[in-house]
Amino acid sequence: MADKTMTLSDVVGHVESGMTIGIGGWGSRRKPMAIVRELLRSDVKDLTVVTFGGPDVGLLCRAGKVRKLVYGFVSLDSIALDPHFRAARESGAIETAEYDEGMFVTALRAGANRFSFLPSRAGLASDVLTMNPDLKTVRSPYDDEEYVAVPGLRPDISFIHLNRGDAQGNGQYLGNDPYFDDLFAMASERCFLSVEKIVDTASLTAQAPPQSLLVSRLFVQGVVETPNGAHFTTCEPDYGRDERFQKHYAATAADDESWQAFRTRFLDTDEASYQREVQAWQATR
Amino acid sequence: MTTTRAEVCAVACADTWRGAGEVLAHAVGTIPSVGARLAKLTHSPDLALSDGEAFLMSEPPPLGKTAAAGGTVEGWVPFRAIFDLLNSGRRQSMMGASQVDAYGNQNISSIGDWRRPTRQLIGVRGAPGNTVNHRVDYFVGKHSKRVFVERVDVVSGVGNDRARAFAGSALRFHHLGVVITDLAVLDYAGDGRLKVRSLHPGVTADQVRENTGFDIDVSTAGTTRLPTDEELRLIREVIDPTGLLSS
Repeated sequence: MADKTMTLSDVVGHVESGMTIGIGGWGSRRKPMAIVRELLRSDVKDLTVVTFGGPDVGLLCRAGKVRKLVYGFVSLDSIALDPHFRAARESGAIETAEYDEGMFVTALRAGANRFSFLPSRAGLASDVLTMNPDLKTVRSPYDDEEYVAVPGLRPDISFIHLNRGDAQGNGQYLGNDPYFDDLFAMASERCFLSVEKIVDTASLTAQAPPQSLLVSRLFVQGVVETPNGAHFTTCEPDYGRDERFQKHYAATAADDESWQAFRTRFLDTDEASYQREVQAWQATR
Repeated sequence: MTTTRAEVCAVACADTWRGAGEVLAHAVGTIPSVGARLAKLTHSPDLALSDGEAFLMSEPPPLGKTAAAGGTVEGWVPFRAIFDLLNSGRRQSMMGASQVDAYGNQNISSIGDWRRPTRQLIGVRGAPGNTVNHRVDYFVGKHSKRVFVERVDVVSGVGNDRARAFAGSALRFHHLGVVITDLAVLDYAGDGRLKVRSLHPGVTADQVRENTGFDIDVSTAGTTRLPTDEELRLIREVIDPTGLLSS
């Protein structure tokens, strides 16, 4: 079977300006942050980003890479709103498609099934329909029910981060919640997986039940090992959120000078340097 | 013992789940969360409570903590299961609100024109889906004209007028219960407009009118009930021993 291991730059090399990219995780949880950081270093722009957003959205907005955002929400969990996302919205810098969370899942399910739409009761009579005038409703052929016809989302590429994976692209989660990463993988033309650790296939089920194998290699084009790659978001049970660093990230959004300092130290660098600088930062706290 | 306003509110919140049966009690915020736990420990033992993350708990989980802090897990409900569960109707929510209008439309998305909001808020989150699938109540911590507005900027949670205009489907499972504030308990008149059901002890009708941005009927308002001694004991000693409610 094919060895699909890659480097971060191999992965991001597949992204072109104007693409629609899906990003897994949920809020400030299990985000493929190493891949996001690599995206920030690339020259791609005009992205349509599809996600249950966390700091991935804030960082990409701040870097001017987002044309349109399709989202269920954007939150840092312990900090209600990402400051860069808020700024992008309040300055009108990005186009948005704000969906009800359940609708967003319906859109992913439709995409994963290659349906043009799936019905949803969520959204009816709310301003989700006003804010997304392209959304249509559909009448049931069986009774008088009317539903929102949620269009299937099919990103060109999705990025997800899991605890373990093998070189063939099978992905395993060891935490309590799979979020929707398998749906992102299935709904996308191509999916790239980053993992805390690449192990041989037999090891995957030696220490965890087969039910933890969330994503099949059938849906994965490349896998990259990025230890601490979800930092500063959670990757339970390997590590929790780095709350202090997240607070630092949010605080530096307040003015250009402190943001530039954050950017220079942590983002205008490669992943290995990022991890080293984070350790050094933590040591001074 | 002096009863605090927060305790009166928590008990009013608990009462929203009275008779709800075997459903998931979903509560956003400290006072509604105390209410959901109190309901389970008193009149509604069949309620299911979640730890706010991936588990259902057979006993009330510690306030503000996940299952990891102790308690018995009785079910696995990762986020994906929640959407199926709410579609099934086996859930009843108490949500917050940044704006509420006369017909119970709720906004948590943004203030101003949604294309370029003056203030981005949390987003519609699950409010559109919750309000067309199961009973939803709201808790407003500070009753003011900023919250109770003539017209909300973004209809996140669907109000009575909007649901009725969409009788095909939005109305079928639409059920707005009450709005509990720091001043009063509001419910809905036959025409779908908010009215005052009860004033909290010590609150006047004028106080509510002055802090509401639309005409509100107070003519039939009673007084919100006080917690019983047993409810106060449960709140103070069992549910909230560290005093989150008073902080």
